[in-house]
Amino acid sequence: MDSTTDSATNAARQTTKIEVRDIQKIYRVKKENGGGYDDFVVLKDVNLDVYAGEFLTLVGPSGCGKSTMLDLLAGLIPNSGGEIRIDGRVITGPAMDRGFVMQAYALFPWLTVQANVEFGLTIKKVPKTERRAISGHYLELVGLTNFANRYPHELSGGMKQRVAIARALAFDPEVLLMDEPFAALDAQTRETLQDELLELWEKTGKTIVFVTHAIDEAVYLADRIAVMGTNPGRITELVNIKLNRPRQGSRGSAEFGWIRHKIWQYLQPEEAVKENFPVVGAADVAEVIDSQATL
Amino acid sequence: MATDVKANVIEGSLTPNALKSDVALKLLKKTGRGVGGFFLSFAIIFIIIALWEAFPRFGWIDPFLLPPFSEVLGNTLNLFKTGEFFKHFNVSVVRIVTGFFGGLCLAIPLGVFMGWFKTFEEYVNPLVEACRNSSVLTLYPIFILLFGIGEKAKISIIMWGTVWVVLLNTISGVKNVDPVLIKSARSMGMRDWSLLWKVILPAATPSIITGVRLGAANSILILIAAEMIGSNAGLGYMIFYYEARYAIPEMYGGVVFLAIMGLAVNEALFRLEKRLTSWHEKSIYFGT
Ligand SMILES: Nc1ncnc2c1ncn2[C@@H]1O[C@H](COP(=O)(O)OP(=O)(O)OP(=O)(O)O)[C@@H](O)[C@H]1O
Ligand SMILES: [Mg+2]
Repeated sequence: MDSTTDSATNAARQTTKIEVRDIQKIYRVKKENGGGYDDFVVLKDVNLDVYAGEFLTLVGPSGCGKSTMLDLLAGLIPNSGGEIRIDGRVITGPAMDRGFVMQAYALFPWLTVQANVEFGLTIKKVPKTERRAISGHYLELVGLTNFANRYPHELSGGMKQRVAIARALAFDPEVLLMDEPFAALDAQTRETLQDELLELWEKTGKTIVFVTHAIDEAVYLADRIAVMGTNPGRITELVNIKLNRPRQGSRGSAEFGWIRHKIWQYLQPEEAVKENFPVVGAADVAEVIDSQATL
Repeated sequence: MATDVKANVIEGSLTPNALKSDVALKLLKKTGRGVGGFFLSFAIIFIIIALWEAFPRFGWIDPFLLPPFSEVLGNTLNLFKTGEFFKHFNVSVVRIVTGFFGGLCLAIPLGVFMGWFKTFEEYVNPLVEACRNSSVLTLYPIFILLFGIGEKAKISIIMWGTVWVVLLNTISGVKNVDPVLIKSARSMGMRDWSLLWKVILPAATPSIITGVRLGAANSILILIAAEMIGSNAGLGYMIFYYEARYAIPEMYGGVVFLAIMGLAVNEALFRLEKRLTSWHEKSIYFGT
């Protein structure tokens, strides 16, 4: 499937930023009845290349291991097999070449907006004047210059998430890992932030891995969608999304609807799809999606 | 940004209003306490003093049991003048400061350690709970037995009264730091000591301060009781002494002074708490 949907020309053209090789994640869990432990395989043999500057979204049913995958990429949890390389170097833990944004905004409530944005810079021991300049720049990018001295509890959800994004960008990581960052926001704010994020992405050229369970969001944002399946968690499809950018207003278009439907189909349990829908082969779908993009 | 307009519409129309109502709420509370509340509490104090003066003067109560306020005030001021009062006051201050701050110096680091290493805490938690819930003063004879009747016993029982409540609050503060904050800091490569200083401690501050306030209240109580039991100086002793000598106005003076001191300490700690935790949502919505 990789070789068909993810065309060879594509891979050759782009440099690989993140290489995920045979990644496994196993949790030891207490047995339901009685003592002892069971091995619970969350991720099995996951392979994935993320290209430099690419916007990749990761979709999959709840509990399939999306967050686990992202935590592994961030180096927050150890893997049980395989390796992850960034720019060819195996990662051994968290580092500032990656920024992390989660659904819970996770702002430090005792710090002002500005101090939150500067948090990573203080870890890096960037001098104060420089810090001020950088935080000022990113606060401007997310439109919160006038809120620099507020505390997080004085902000709306959308503003909090903007601060979290500014904080992750401020120490200038090359990769941005985002775990359902907009899931807690209302629909309108979410769409606004999606557009803002795309704009930031275009301005900064970051490589973004973005987890979501909303198909709409995945399609709207992505260069490529990695579809995950459950039990054990694995990547079942990789789909190029060649909708023209900018994509404002494309949500209502026929192509968009078509792609969304296809991704939705991929997300159905296999039996259900077989029974109810004539399944198009993965290769065909990729072609359709690719050709859709040229419309 | 092209989308800024949209962004501003959404955030601009909703949030600043929400913020404004926050501010209004704060102001309302402030003025409510500031003008009305202030006046009211002064009025109440004034009425109590007036009644205190009137009851013994008109013979509604035996003036020996409750001397008029003016007499209490006069005799107490006299104690200030002769320096008798300050002799006791100084002794008490030294005891409480040593005991209380000694307790803090022990309890806070230990609590952070125990909150951090949860398994250790699980083992000793029953012991800590037992210590906190045992009535401090019943232990005083043991302290006297161990440390003698002098300063050591008094200071260590004040420490005892401070340590457990501060310890428990520190542990729970550290244990209950939002894991999401730790995850976020860790994702930026933060570890160990800096994680402790920059994330765990600030996040646990509200809970620690609550412990400190409770500990302070405890230690004043214990100080006075310990000074009444076996002592020859200190405010507790002074009150007891005047009572035994039937110097009733002086006794009341001591009692009132202690009440005021307790209030002042509580207010000071309350302000400290507000200052250190002004970022806390609760201090706005549920602040007292
Ligand atoms: N610490 C852990 N110990 C044991 N099992 C875990 C642990 N963390 C996660 N899991 C399991 O791993 C699986 C994947 O979890 P994960 O959070 O990655 O899912 P997800 O795809 O992000 O789901 P959602 O869309 O609901 O966020 C789940 O079945 C979960 O129960
Ligand atoms: Mg998740």
